[in-house]
Amino acid sequence: MTDTAALPTQGSAPQAAAPARWQDYVALLKPRVMSLVVFTALTGLVCARVPMNPVLAGVAVLCIAVGAGASASLNMWYDADIDAQMRRTRHRPVPSGRVQGADALALGIVLSLFSVGMMALAINLLAAGLLAFTIVFYAVVYTMWLKRSTPQNIVIGGLAGALPPVIGWAAASGSAPPNAWLLCAIIFLWTPPHFWALSLYTTSDYAKVGVPMMPVVRGAASTRRQILAYSVIFVAAALAPVLTGLGGAAYLAVSALGGLGFIALAVRLCFSRAGDAADERADGLYDVKPAAKHARNLFAFSILYLTALFAALLVERLLGPAVLRP
Amino acid sequence: MSAPVPKSPVPESEEAAKARRRRSVAIALALGAFVILVFVVTLVRMGSHLPVQPY
Repeated sequence: MTDTAALPTQGSAPQAAAPARWQDYVALLKPRVMSLVVFTALTGLVCARVPMNPVLAGVAVLCIAVGAGASASLNMWYDADIDAQMRRTRHRPVPSGRVQGADALALGIVLSLFSVGMMALAINLLAAGLLAFTIVFYAVVYTMWLKRSTPQNIVIGGLAGALPPVIGWAAASGSAPPNAWLLCAIIFLWTPPHFWALSLYTTSDYAKVGVPMMPVVRGAASTRRQILAYSVIFVAAALAPVLTGLGGAAYLAVSALGGLGFIALAVRLCFSRAGDAADERADGLYDVKPAAKHARNLFAFSILYLTALFAALLVERLLGPAVLRP
Repeated sequence: MSAPVPKSPVPESEEAAKARRRRSVAIALALGAFVILVFVVTLVRMGSHLPVQPY
């Protein structure tokens, strides 16, 4: 834990602001991140190919969504001190003063208990245990420990974002077979190139608050090389479901074509000057200097590619193997 | 020793009162949704364990 983590302002609202609206509490749950979590969890649930009562399937997805929101709220409570200093995060409800840090903490705890408890009672203990592990891993291991102590923070912490398909699979089948963990591995390996591409054009923000993101600690050139290395491994993992029988022809087409595009963007980024000192004069997060555009392009494409991979799996399963299997 | 003089409460602004009311409504709706959810899940879970009646 760094000195920054022990600041007395942590979790507190640094300034007075307008009274909190219910929308501010929704913002604490990071709805955009939640939507990706729901999508990947739903894919895991459907890929399990176990008949499930639709009401219980909906409850399982709801629990995973609420669990993701709970860990986001705990993250915003703990990180209020550094969020207040970064352009990307300073308008969040806690650092802007619209919601008290204690309220964000309480919301996170209540929703964590609700999601895990409901999952245990309505679905099964394996899914509930995995959900509890995911929340604790994100809120405690990543947020309170890794984020401020190592440049491998998002690599290891990425496990929390990678587990939802396994939870969905476990919710449907009561087990977590290798194919479920393959979906987890795909998201896990996707996380470093995705977040490091983002951090290449927000380096100055992370440096200012002392968060040891890879470009801050190892430099932009090293980060660009690591992005390329992880991209190659990620694309190989993204093709693996075809070999294990999880993915069919549509998935093969999406993963292969998208994978080529992903690696091409990573190569362009590797040989660009994205994240170098000259780029850090950007006035705003989206005011990207020409050299940093390669980083932004990979960041944007990474979201599209991951969504397309899971959408292909989902569509194949919903339409049936006879239609799309090669 | 004299007792401390209590501070007069700061009057709540109209905007703050409205926001508080809306938050209260949202909490009430969330609690209602939770009750309905538990009820429905109980019905579904119990239904799957009921013995099939021969008619």
